[in-house]
Amino acid sequence: MSKKMSGRMARNILLVFLYTIIGLLAINLFHKEEEPNLKLESLRNKYAIKDSSSVDHSKFTELQKEFKSPQEVTLACLECHNETHKEIMASSHWNWERASYIEGRGIKSIGKKNIINNFCIGTEGNEQACSKCHIGYGMTGDQYDFNNKKNVDCMVCHDQSDEYIKGSAMAGYPARNVNLKKVARSVGNPTKSNCGACHFNGGGGNNVKHGDLETGTLGCTREVDVHMAGNGMDLECVDCHQTRHHNITGQLYSVSSNNINRATCEECHTTTPHMSELLNTHTAKVSCQACHIPVFAKVNATKMEWDWSQAGKLKDGKPYFEEDSMGNHSYMSIKGRFRWEKNVKPEYVWFNGNAKHYLLGDTIDDTKVVVLNQLLGSHDDPESKIIPVKVHRGNQIYDKKYKILIQPKLWAPNKGDSAYWKDFDWNKAAAAGMKTIGLPYSGEYGFVKTAMYWPVNHMVSPKEKSLSCSACHNRTDSRLAALTDFYLPGRDGHDLLDQIGKITIFMAIIGVIIHGAARIFSSLKLEQEEKRNGGSDN
Amino acid sequence: MKKVYIYKRFERFWHWSQASLIIFLMITGFEVHDTIHVFGFNNAVMYHRIAAYLLLGLIVFAIFWHFTTGEWHQYVPTAKKLKDQIRYYTIGIFRGGPHPTKKTALHKMNPLQVLTYLGFKLILIPIVVITGVLYMFHKHIDQNSIIVISSIPLSTIAIWHTFGAFLLVTFLVIHVYMTTTGETLTSNLKAMITGYEEFEAGEKEKIKTKSKSKKGDESFATG
Repeated sequence: MSKKMSGRMARNILLVFLYTIIGLLAINLFHKEEEPNLKLESLRNKYAIKDSSSVDHSKFTELQKEFKSPQEVTLACLECHNETHKEIMASSHWNWERASYIEGRGIKSIGKKNIINNFCIGTEGNEQACSKCHIGYGMTGDQYDFNNKKNVDCMVCHDQSDEYIKGSAMAGYPARNVNLKKVARSVGNPTKSNCGACHFNGGGGNNVKHGDLETGTLGCTREVDVHMAGNGMDLECVDCHQTRHHNITGQLYSVSSNNINRATCEECHTTTPHMSELLNTHTAKVSCQACHIPVFAKVNATKMEWDWSQAGKLKDGKPYFEEDSMGNHSYMSIKGRFRWEKNVKPEYVWFNGNAKHYLLGDTIDDTKVVVLNQLLGSHDDPESKIIPVKVHRGNQIYDKKYKILIQPKLWAPNKGDSAYWKDFDWNKAAAAGMKTIGLPYSGEYGFVKTAMYWPVNHMVSPKEKSLSCSACHNRTDSRLAALTDFYLPGRDGHDLLDQIGKITIFMAIIGVIIHGAARIFSSLKLEQEEKRNGGSDN
Repeated sequence: MKKVYIYKRFERFWHWSQASLIIFLMITGFEVHDTIHVFGFNNAVMYHRIAAYLLLGLIVFAIFWHFTTGEWHQYVPTAKKLKDQIRYYTIGIFRGGPHPTKKTALHKMNPLQVLTYLGFKLILIPIVVITGVLYMFHKHIDQNSIIVISSIPLSTIAIWHTFGAFLLVTFLVIHVYMTTTGETLTSNLKAMITGYEEFEAGEKEKIKTKSKSKKGDESFATG
């Protein structure tokens, strides 16, 4: 007996020992202290040291004079930087176009010069106003001399005095009150406000176009943008958009179409930035931006819809505007009706870095939404990743008969010059605009729905705010609900199988309940019978 | 009351660890499938993977054990008494009739159980395990060029894995219920915990076995 007892005791001790080990192993497996991400630390250290300029332009004798024109400033710059204009003149910031290979179209020269968008539609015929964002002086029309080095605007990118501003509809010239001497003596490496002068304000106001680039990113918090945050790394645009010989990396797919010269997260963060292996495998198919930019337009709203067909209403014969609750224009007689949105959830598309574009004169199917810049890619393409995009939806003028989009003439200094913004006559504006670009106009115009895709790359959130797994891996409101060309665990399943499976489990439960109930019932009956039999025996 | 030693220590350990792992895998798996919500998707994925590796390890041990101990003989299917067994579960059990087969260490399963567990081991478990491993290593070519199993679409793998999971849940429901159909409601359950199954005294049937000579009182019920 005691032998048996001690044997059992030994067994119990052994069992306790075993379970303790299993328990400890489980704790060790399931609980892990977060390890520091050394990759990120070394990046922080690297960018904590800010470059200081090796020269002080304010001391240069060439810049100690009063400048009568901005061209004089350019010539002063070129006295030392005497070959730099060639670099500028090779850039698309200057040329507003570049040679690109377009899927199915071959090599075309495209850019701001000749691409139609669904904001202010296009620059052609409106150069005097649009060239506020050209890095040159004097672009009044389509006969601009792109070889005149005097017209290169060095100041717009290099001014560090916060003094320089280009005038409205002044063909790219600075506003008249700009103190050119002060600007010239301040020049240095471009900062966020230099780039932002155009890239924040494209489309006629702050954050109209991008949604993720706006004045709100200047001196913002880490919640808005971890990279540009004033209380964070405070990076400049050119820290990521690295530039050599004035060739700035980064592509804007409203006007670009090729997977070249891009600025990517991976350059700094590599393709395996996470401590988790499982997350790192995502980087093959999911862009960093997709998870790390859960919303954009975090500070100010961005334009999501633009309906040109509503334009032209006048009050007492005069154009007017209305504002929405956030103080943005919701209606303008000259432009039509808009919808603005703040803290926007992006849409998601596959993208391999290449885009198709609507080119002037392309015929459209006016029964469908015309995509002006189709981002190319698919799940099966190994180069493609899922990226977040802002989709800007428009309703814009087209030629009903020829089925082509119309480039209207919008701007002119005076009335009676066919410009829509002065005369409010679409027919005249269409005829004048199409004449400028050398395409026919039938005289019949209508409005067609269009869409533009703007990849969202900025306003990266702190990692705590990045998307959780279930934002995409869920059945009911997955962020990737629109991307149906692959199986996504958690989102997808086989509906019929799921139904059959559930029914099978249900049937099994019902089956055992019935079987069990029948057993209880029959055993009770048997007991009764036995009792009765027993009774009769007596 | 007579006691029969039916389930050996490893067998019990294997049964219960496999049971808890499979139930845990069911919970985490159906969470990954977005059917239930317990741990949160990311934890569910992580736990599911860890439990999957543990189950794989256990299966390796179990296979080793089955072959080294010769226990695999238990799973050789037979049609003998199969009809009787089906008859028992559909009719006899309601009439208080006797079990058509008796448990011993050499025949711990009735012919219906043999068929069920053979199917479980040779079809169901392989379906979930193979699709599960394919699922885990289904990665696309990335910059690290890790393993690539992309020629089989993930949807195919996932659908078979889900199919297996539904069958497993169904199995679990019936299996748990069937444990109550032993000599008493809990005698099967007790046997899987202690290793011993108790039979009413007065059981007359005698089954020849070698272990009788080895371990007199532990082997099986005798008259």
